[in-house]
Amino acid sequence: MAKGSISFDWVTILIYLLLVSFGWMNIYSASLGDAPSSLFDFNQIYGKQAMWILLGFFMIVIILSIEAKFYMKFSSVFYIISLLSILGLFAFGKTINGATSWYVFGGVSIQPAEFAKVGTALALANYLGDIQTNIKLFSNQLKAFFIIALPALIILPQPDAGSAMVYAAFLFPLYREGLSGIYLFLGFAAVAIFVLTLVFGPVYVAIAAVVISLLSMLQKRRKRPGYLVLLGIVIGSIALSYSVEYIFENVFEQRHRDRFNIVLGKEVDAKGIGYNTNQSEIAIGSGGWIGKGWTEGTQTKGQFVPEQHTDYIFSTVGEEWGFAGTSLVIILFMGLLFRLLHLAERQKSTFNRVYGYSLVGIIFIHFLVNIGMVTGIFPTVGIPLPFFSYGGSGLWGFTILLFIFIKLDAERIAF
Amino acid sequence: MRRLLLYIIIITTGFIFIGRLFYLQIVDESFTGLSEDNAIKVVYDYPQRGYIFDRNGELLVSNQPSYDVMAIPRNVKTFDTAEFCSILKITPEELTKRLDKAKVYSPRLPSIIVPQLTKSEYAYLQEKLRKYPGFYIQKRSLRDYQTKNGSNVLGYIAEVNNKIIEDNPYYISGDLIGKQGVEGQYEELLRGIKGVKYIQKDRFNRDIGPFKEGIFDTLPKKGKDVTISIDAILQAYGEKLMENKRGGIVAIEPATGEILSLITAPSYDPALLMGRQRSANFTKLYYDTIARPLYDRGLLAEYPPGSPFKTINALIALQEDVVDTKDRFYCNHGYVYGRGRKLGCHAHASPLDMIPGIAQSCNAYFANVYRRIIEKYPTPQEGVDTWAKHLNSFGLGQFLGYDLPAGRSGKIPNANYYNKIYEYPTYKWYSTATISNAIGQGEVLMTPIQLANMTATIANKGWFYTPHILKSIQGEPIRDPDYTKKNYTTIDSKHFIPVIEGMHQVYKAGTASALQVAGIEIAGKTGTAENFTKINGKRTQLTDHSIFIAFAPVDNPKIAIAVFVENGYWGGRYAGRIASLMIEKYLKNSISRTDMETWILTHSLEDEYKKPLSGEPFTINK
Repeated sequence: MAKGSISFDWVTILIYLLLVSFGWMNIYSASLGDAPSSLFDFNQIYGKQAMWILLGFFMIVIILSIEAKFYMKFSSVFYIISLLSILGLFAFGKTINGATSWYVFGGVSIQPAEFAKVGTALALANYLGDIQTNIKLFSNQLKAFFIIALPALIILPQPDAGSAMVYAAFLFPLYREGLSGIYLFLGFAAVAIFVLTLVFGPVYVAIAAVVISLLSMLQKRRKRPGYLVLLGIVIGSIALSYSVEYIFENVFEQRHRDRFNIVLGKEVDAKGIGYNTNQSEIAIGSGGWIGKGWTEGTQTKGQFVPEQHTDYIFSTVGEEWGFAGTSLVIILFMGLLFRLLHLAERQKSTFNRVYGYSLVGIIFIHFLVNIGMVTGIFPTVGIPLPFFSYGGSGLWGFTILLFIFIKLDAERIAF
Repeated sequence: MRRLLLYIIIITTGFIFIGRLFYLQIVDESFTGLSEDNAIKVVYDYPQRGYIFDRNGELLVSNQPSYDVMAIPRNVKTFDTAEFCSILKITPEELTKRLDKAKVYSPRLPSIIVPQLTKSEYAYLQEKLRKYPGFYIQKRSLRDYQTKNGSNVLGYIAEVNNKIIEDNPYYISGDLIGKQGVEGQYEELLRGIKGVKYIQKDRFNRDIGPFKEGIFDTLPKKGKDVTISIDAILQAYGEKLMENKRGGIVAIEPATGEILSLITAPSYDPALLMGRQRSANFTKLYYDTIARPLYDRGLLAEYPPGSPFKTINALIALQEDVVDTKDRFYCNHGYVYGRGRKLGCHAHASPLDMIPGIAQSCNAYFANVYRRIIEKYPTPQEGVDTWAKHLNSFGLGQFLGYDLPAGRSGKIPNANYYNKIYEYPTYKWYSTATISNAIGQGEVLMTPIQLANMTATIANKGWFYTPHILKSIQGEPIRDPDYTKKNYTTIDSKHFIPVIEGMHQVYKAGTASALQVAGIEIAGKTGTAENFTKINGKRTQLTDHSIFIAFAPVDNPKIAIAVFVENGYWGGRYAGRIASLMIEKYLKNSISRTDMETWILTHSLEDEYKKPLSGEPFTINK
């Protein structure tokens, strides 16, 4: 492909349009009042979302018409603006639903954390794309972690643990660029120990750690890890397990404990804290094979699922479109993620690839945590389903994130 | 590996999600029903129950509104029980008990907490109802009785029990259903069909509009008004005459089979089984095991028919060609049929042929006639079976098939029956063993409606319409072939002429000659039936039942009637008088023999009924 000839990836754009329009249909249903009015009634939630979507199209045109180099050159600027915007919340932010994550101008509220991901992704891509950066070096790893952790740590105390957690997505590009797998392994092991401790208690986790390490002794000498390493892993596991127990019982607040307990099946309280999850499961479960039909969902109409048009929008899909609709959405997301991974891999420049992986990581974490929560597999963590959930900031954040990559991909030859 | 990791994680996640969704949406059925209960409220709209009119268009039963306090236990929050109880006039313990019971029935479905409030109680409660979440008012329509008579004919309506709810999906807890009488028999006609509204609720349990714009909603269908064949005036008069007596009266219009009156005594005011006192009143009536006011003697009591049964023996004998109307039989104060065995008879001229035989009710005459019937055949078994077959064609010994939900088959013995009780073939039996059948005693049992139908059949000279209570629905005469097709007996029409003449002579010169009414020619037959009870396990004879059958006018029968008065002694004493008064009332709508009327109204049989309960020796037939 010759330089200057622009070819956007239409597969990605098509999936984007499908997700956004199907998402809007479900928001329409979830927020439909008694008397249906015009589709662009801006007093209605679906009307506002329609406006965000249309304005988003203009934004897409702007993003695609800016030269790709611009995003790399000004990545640091984006990053700094992002940091300032989330820092500014401490001074000017407005508290909605307990989190000080919003600026309010007139009637419009903006959630800067949704845009900060773009800045962080650009900054990380820029740093790793630098010819002098070697991710295998510990000092460089530290700098990369710093870029990622800074916005996360600012967001965390707002408090918005869900949005902060999304920054874990940046581990995927780091790993792709050569970060030792041990980080991912340790992270996964920590999560496993955390969950197992809550389910079975620290004593059993300690016994399991000892047994597994003893079993590994049976392996051939060359393959098995050294005694010191094994000992370290066993002690580390046990220590983590007991500290999880301690943190869970003493540091966590009751509401956090409740959220975990529900998912772990330890407590079933369908009226109190388990209400959201229970209602969401009821709504999805009542959908059957093909659902009750668009705008015909009784649970949706009765607004039994709280926050249904935002974080729980997937339950509307479940009720009104049934298994056919939910599996279609899952497949669309898988298709989008695979397509983006494929695009990321075909990039010539590290900047583009790291950005692509960041994008995939962010969408994936949102997809994983949101649908996991709505279907009752994960604890309740309030983050939106990309392109689907109601909210201008979220939609625009993801749209910008995605279309910058489409632009980068279109001009990949230029780098 | 570094390239593949994300692919693997994404694929794994996708499969886990699709698996989870498959489980939630397809495998796990528990959410399907729950969702409907959760978000959809079902509201029923009860239609007006159909009115009941008598044959002359007189309104008997209409409706009045009633208000039930309902509760859905799941939605009940803590509330001011003291105030609630004081409005409803129940104790807090009672309220707790009822709420617990409702919870056991279903936490999600409505149950009645306090039934049938009056309008003023309702008005006061409605003001306060918003303070009691989970409670609401269900408006229903209750019966409003315009008559104090015919409670056995009309039946009553009551709350459905759990058994009915399980058997019939139409009914839900708290619904009313017709029981007994016309209400029970024609429940589906009268009740109509209740309307259903599906209301979409939100999570605060507020109504937010009709579900799917109401496409599943149905409008209530009003119950149908029915006209029954009862003549309310005759019914009321008969009940009045039967005061302080026990027994049953059935009057039928022979030309149509329509039941003009169905009287049981003692009876009760139909309004007793309605409203908040229904349950208490019902219990009281139900546990009166001596007078048994809920027992419809007109349909259920099986009495020995006594002498009226002789008419039918005469018919069978003529049909079997074993006697001629001119055949005479001697009577010497009875009929001797074995060593020292005699069927007694009263004093009258002798010998007699058929017409005076009926008129004088001569036992000896009918003993001879009966023996000829049975002995016509080589074996008594064949004889008795032939005799029974003729009787069956009159609807005797089997259910008549009328349209009321209570009845008995009566009893007509056949050869099998006698074979069993006489242990045939070990022992043999002959016609004389069954000789009591000749005079309607012994093994023969009939209900008053069977006897009335037999009378109507004689009036029609050999056919009858199955007796029925329903005359028309919304003004449309019934067309059910069960009640509009003639049933023919096995007796030829011509044989009825001498029997009817005999019955006419009963009235002109025989056992009922004291009952004559100026201007009405009646054919009748008196009956006096011996009956027994057990007192402390000992078979004890009581005063005879007084029985009378009649139809009038003889040449164009408009009414056929059968009257049983328990322990009323001879036929003409109570039953005959009552029957002739009712015939006069029905045909003339006035009473010329006021002395006879006064006699009936002032004579009570209560003393007679107390005798077997007194525990002391008593005399009978006085």
